[in-house]
Amino acid sequence: MAINNSPRHTTNHQDPQERIKNFEEVNLGFDEKTMIEEANRCIGCKNAPCRNGCPVGINIPAFIAHLKENDPDGALSVISEASLLPAICGRVCPQEKQCENNCVRKAKLGGSVAIGALERYVGDYGLAKGTADYVKPASCGKRVAVVGSGPAGLACAADCAQKGMQVTIFEAFHKAGGVLVYGIPEFRLPKEKVVAKEIEKLKALGVEIKLNTVIGKTITVEELQEQYDAIFIGTGAGLPMFMGINGENLNGVSSANEFLTRVNLMQAYKDDAITPVYCGKKVAVIGAGNVAMDAARTAKRIGGGEVYIVYRRSREEMPARGEEIVHAVEEGIQLQLLTNPVEMLGENGRVCGLKCVKMELGEPDASGRRRPVPVEGSEFVLDVDQVIVSLGTSPNPLIKKSFKGLEFTPKGTIIVNEEAMSTNVEGIYAGGDAVTGAATVILAMGAGRKAAKAIIEYLGVE
Amino acid sequence: MNKILNIKDIAPRVKEYVIENPDIARHCLPGQFIILRVDENGERVPFTICDFDREKGTITLLVQEVGYSTHKMAMLKVGDSLHDMVGPLGNATELDAYENVVLVGGGIGCAVIYPQAKLRTKKGQKCDVIMGARTKELLFNIDEFRANSDNTYIATDDGSMGTKGFVTTVLQQLIDEGKKIDCVFVVGPMIMMRNVSELTRKYNIPTIVSMNCVMVDGTGMCGGCRLTVGGETKYACVDGPEFDGHKVDFAEAMNRAGFYKEHEEKCRLRG
Repeated sequence: MAINNSPRHTTNHQDPQERIKNFEEVNLGFDEKTMIEEANRCIGCKNAPCRNGCPVGINIPAFIAHLKENDPDGALSVISEASLLPAICGRVCPQEKQCENNCVRKAKLGGSVAIGALERYVGDYGLAKGTADYVKPASCGKRVAVVGSGPAGLACAADCAQKGMQVTIFEAFHKAGGVLVYGIPEFRLPKEKVVAKEIEKLKALGVEIKLNTVIGKTITVEELQEQYDAIFIGTGAGLPMFMGINGENLNGVSSANEFLTRVNLMQAYKDDAITPVYCGKKVAVIGAGNVAMDAARTAKRIGGGEVYIVYRRSREEMPARGEEIVHAVEEGIQLQLLTNPVEMLGENGRVCGLKCVKMELGEPDASGRRRPVPVEGSEFVLDVDQVIVSLGTSPNPLIKKSFKGLEFTPKGTIIVNEEAMSTNVEGIYAGGDAVTGAATVILAMGAGRKAAKAIIEYLGVE
Repeated sequence: MNKILNIKDIAPRVKEYVIENPDIARHCLPGQFIILRVDENGERVPFTICDFDREKGTITLLVQEVGYSTHKMAMLKVGDSLHDMVGPLGNATELDAYENVVLVGGGIGCAVIYPQAKLRTKKGQKCDVIMGARTKELLFNIDEFRANSDNTYIATDDGSMGTKGFVTTVLQQLIDEGKKIDCVFVVGPMIMMRNVSELTRKYNIPTIVSMNCVMVDGTGMCGGCRLTVGGETKYACVDGPEFDGHKVDFAEAMNRAGFYKEHEEKCRLRG
């Protein structure tokens, strides 16, 4: 069979000049015609190297084969064997480092197949169908408590519920979804159109969601152990990290978590919002991961001024998804690379400048990346009125205080047997950022499913 | 859930709410707080739990009308429900190690020291209370304090009741009289907590303050409530809300507390 020679198709996007004035989704996905054309670029390799790049091992060539026939139902059932949240993962997975990185078309033949965009197409198709395919199965009499309603918890809950277990998800916030609702912005992951619909599916399966409930505080771990046959901890990442430099507690300096939570969960970007958010006219975001890109692009949309990404390494080492960096640059976010902040300057208690030093790359460090070293005498002040620190998180201290019998790493993450995601306490499982430290939605979802499988075996559910 | 069972006016623009929430009532301890949202679009506002009844499944909050959300709350009636309430958050007050304790409350902060007075009296422990306010109309529950303390002292800025002056005026008098004080627990406006801490520092009296910082989630995620204590960054929601008053950087904390004042003003005009 002759190989389809066409280059990779791109999805439609909102124009950068327009989208920086709104919070509507940036990437509009494929239309049906382009979807089929892109699906036809898949060679259907027998050894399917793309699958090895997928943390949950989706049978990628198989679902794409259905799309070639314009059979999204077939594609959906293939994806559903491995992933429950294709509309979400198709949008937020770092595909270029995972499946698409292994695609044989990557270097030549017009670039990797746009697997992420195809997955999203299938996911959106699934959401449009509604919850009709999801009905509460007959009860098996077992009860499972899921702590946290982020991607790990949702995935674990869905798999357990499908086996007829009575699942209750406990969420500390007043809204379910975890990082999907408080962290990732609307323009990248629509809340009502996508996240809320995924959660509706779970409810249709009989999952109960208890909001405003902090396990260890509102309900004790002991009470939970009495009432449930198994517990899954998917509480996500915790306290935001700061740099430990002077001036970090000035007004106008916040963590990306705080800034994004005010905007996403509390809807502070809307004119009639009650929750305030401060947004300056010259904003520096420190860090270069996905959260940093989200914060920078959000600041651009709200404040409309200059926004800088300040990162001590070079563009090549930026950990964010490729698409997010491209989108940020298109939107006018300025990259201050090889630049390390050394002090935040203040005036009348407010931040008014970010003192930085230029860096150059030296010898490789433990991570294999070239270590940035300061260039002597290169200090300069970036004129800013807001600084957002986006350097990752350390594990939430509440979990350690509440789950007393559990074993933790010195960093504070929960220790699990990685095969089953089981902790040292019988009946308690854990997964997601609470175990790995800050990672991705797909890894968290994969961990939740692994734990569900182990819980199903542990409880002897058929 | 979160149904308001009783509302009592206890001072101008200060109301006491008894709210049904059995889970919180079953687990809370004096010193802990809750975060509530009045309605669907409401902001998340923290309040210290002033009292609770485990059998009835209720907690008591004292709310002073100071901004948009507290104004909205003031419009609620008995039988209405709060949209959301989460807790109990933060750590409980730990005063058992101290024999002679002085509880100092300023304005609405008196509501926070009351459960301590009650608890110590119940446990047969000693405590004195100093209540402070601008003027006597702003003082409340004086009889309850008297019933739950060895001595209750009052200070008003205008002298309309008790000693004319501040809570520090009374505290200084007690120190001068040679009263044995092992610990001072003070809750009120930051400036008052700072002034009490400055005074007790001179006499090496351990002093605990309750920091009411701006926060969003209250569970150690946003980092909004960070403050500097003894040169280290701490989070009021998970490390506090109580800290060693001699180590808190009050200048920084007061600056941070004022950050959203402008927005609050805007909301008040609109609301």
